[in-house]
Amino acid sequence: MPVITYRDALGAAIREEMQRDDRVFLMGEEVAVYQGAYKVSKGFLQEFGEMRVVDTPITELGFAGVGVGAAMVGLRPVIEFMTWNFALLALDQVVNAAAKMLYMSGGQYKIPIVFRGPNGAALQLSAQHSQAWESWLAHIPGLKVIAPGTPYDAKGLLKSAIRDDNPVCFLEGEMLYNTKGEVPDEEYLIPLGKADLKRQGEHCSIITHGKMVLVAMQAADQLAKEGINIDVVDLRTIRPMDVEAIGESVRKTNRAVVLEEGWEICGVGAQVVDYIQRDCFDYLDAPVIRVHQADTPMPYAKGLERAAKPDLPKAIAAVRKVMYLD
Amino acid sequence: MTATRTAAKRKSDPAPQGDAALNLEMLRSMLLQRRFEERCAEAYALGKIGGFCHLYIGQEAVSTGTMSMLRPDDYVITTYRDHGPALARGMTPRSVMAELFGRQDGCSRGKGGSMHLFDANTNFLGGHGIVGGHVPLATGVGFAIKYRGGDQVMVCFMGESVVNTGAFHEALNMAGLWKLPCVFIIENNRYGMGTALERASAIHDIYERGAAYNMPRNQCDGQDVFAVRQAVGEAVERARKEQIPTLLEIRTYRFMGHSMSDAVSGTYRPKSELEEQMKRDPITLLRTHMQEAGQLTDEQLQKLDEELKAIVQDSWDFAEASPELPVEDFAEASPELPVEALYEDVYADTTT
Ligand SMILES: Cc1ncc(C[n+]2csc(CCOP(=O)(O)OP(=O)(O)O)c2C)c(N)n1
Ligand SMILES: [Mg+2]
Repeated sequence: MPVITYRDALGAAIREEMQRDDRVFLMGEEVAVYQGAYKVSKGFLQEFGEMRVVDTPITELGFAGVGVGAAMVGLRPVIEFMTWNFALLALDQVVNAAAKMLYMSGGQYKIPIVFRGPNGAALQLSAQHSQAWESWLAHIPGLKVIAPGTPYDAKGLLKSAIRDDNPVCFLEGEMLYNTKGEVPDEEYLIPLGKADLKRQGEHCSIITHGKMVLVAMQAADQLAKEGINIDVVDLRTIRPMDVEAIGESVRKTNRAVVLEEGWEICGVGAQVVDYIQRDCFDYLDAPVIRVHQADTPMPYAKGLERAAKPDLPKAIAAVRKVMYLD
Repeated sequence: MTATRTAAKRKSDPAPQGDAALNLEMLRSMLLQRRFEERCAEAYALGKIGGFCHLYIGQEAVSTGTMSMLRPDDYVITTYRDHGPALARGMTPRSVMAELFGRQDGCSRGKGGSMHLFDANTNFLGGHGIVGGHVPLATGVGFAIKYRGGDQVMVCFMGESVVNTGAFHEALNMAGLWKLPCVFIIENNRYGMGTALERASAIHDIYERGAAYNMPRNQCDGQDVFAVRQAVGEAVERARKEQIPTLLEIRTYRFMGHSMSDAVSGTYRPKSELEEQMKRDPITLLRTHMQEAGQLTDEQLQKLDEELKAIVQDSWDFAEASPELPVEDFAEASPELPVEALYEDVYADTTT
């Protein structure tokens, strides 16, 4: 099977969907002439022309709304945010327009749109450029929220997101774009709302998504050397969340660590823990532990940033703690 | 000018003040809105309509004059002050009243209410509640028209307070930059709630804001339906034929409070100003014009009024007969509209 980058997997997904359906177009800052701020849309302008690969001014609220308007009357926009940090300026359109239009109109106006871009922290970009937004977005009925951690998932999920008739927030990762993985040449789709058991083990579950999937896999590798076998549940979709996959894993291992990139308070992990206490209360051998970003804005200095971020040592320590090994 | 002229022909001739049939059509449209909303006020007082309810009374020449220049396949979007535009666009009084009453047969199936009237049949893309938030949607619809190579026009109504929002600037910039077939209509009724335009905008001729977006711009009297037709007609023509957007400021006045829960006058506008403005009631102006031109007898007017009142009464009866959402106890939910309705239309269950 060919091995490609996460970046190219995303590009291939959008390209294939644009070839398949001429209602699909890509719009955002630097997507056309510059070939994409992160080069996801390399070659698109040449292939599809400027009506379907549209450079916008720096106007997040405006072009997010343009996408919603176009979706109301039958187009299928893919709206690229240079990063989700900047999408904050567009949240009125994502939340008040895209997410609610179908409901407010009594089912008359669906909004088939994808909002996508890198989410979470890269390296030393400090407070305003290092934020993970999934818990904000997943809070909103009417939105679907996806955070793939591998090239295979990125491609299959993005294609499904583009074909979905609902607004989908698709969270990528700057640190993921260069990561590689196997992606078949043949077309495939991954259904939204389905978690993936990335690794099987009977001692403890790590429930995670997005960029933290890689950390969970590394933790599982290391712990395996000590004879500790981890079940890695990659949620892939945050909303709708695959509650059954979580329950199945925790009922098997009786212990869970919930690992996410974002902040603790009202985070995605809080929701996962709620599902666990409701569905698996009698199966738990230890309290569930969460690993997340420190409750501070992201600092700049290398050492401080490391201290703030969830990482491999923190994930391993959490597993050891729920297993009463320390 | 005779009554045998087709509607299409009339539309290309914006100010045929002597066209009796057209004038009667417009009088009917404006009077329907007025009679409908008078009953809305009554229904609100009776608790049959709840929440925010913003009446359009005083501004009817803007909706009617504008809609009379559009094709059925054009698009319309507006704010929460949407009853008048919805009726003028051809939505049925029944579906609108049922929505206001929160009933199953409402245009938005009881999910939207007064501020969120939608109708796919007439390309009425909604009433929207976030000031300025719908203007980018209009630019997006204009983009979609151009994308598909169509010759439809997108008409976007907004209150004058919208010109101070970021969304307005972002949306108009892209419409001007990309030359999209949009007509942005500011219904300048002088106030945003209790804040006069002069206390909110650094410039007072707000159509001039179009200059910043390389956009043709104009201003007209919104109490005179012929002036509205003239100005909107030019803008629609420009959008349809040349794909050039226009910013139009239509000066009007709201005769009621900001919403049903607000005073009609008070700290922000004196009663005397209101009384002065009400002398230029758009319906009276058209009616007087028609009577002076010998196009309308007292008898005809009375008959029209009775007919419209009956239509509004019918919409009220229809709304009241339409199944109600469960109110107190879900277990006793009315069988016609079970509580599952609550969860319907959060997501579309289709993919393409
Ligand atoms: C972003 C936002 N801020 C505040 C409000 C509350 N609000 C609703 S209508 C309104 C006044 C708007 O005035 P204008 O645009 O002139 O329209 P009009 O009501 O006169 O038709 C305000 C402040 C809102 N709905 N949205
Ligand atoms: Mg106003």
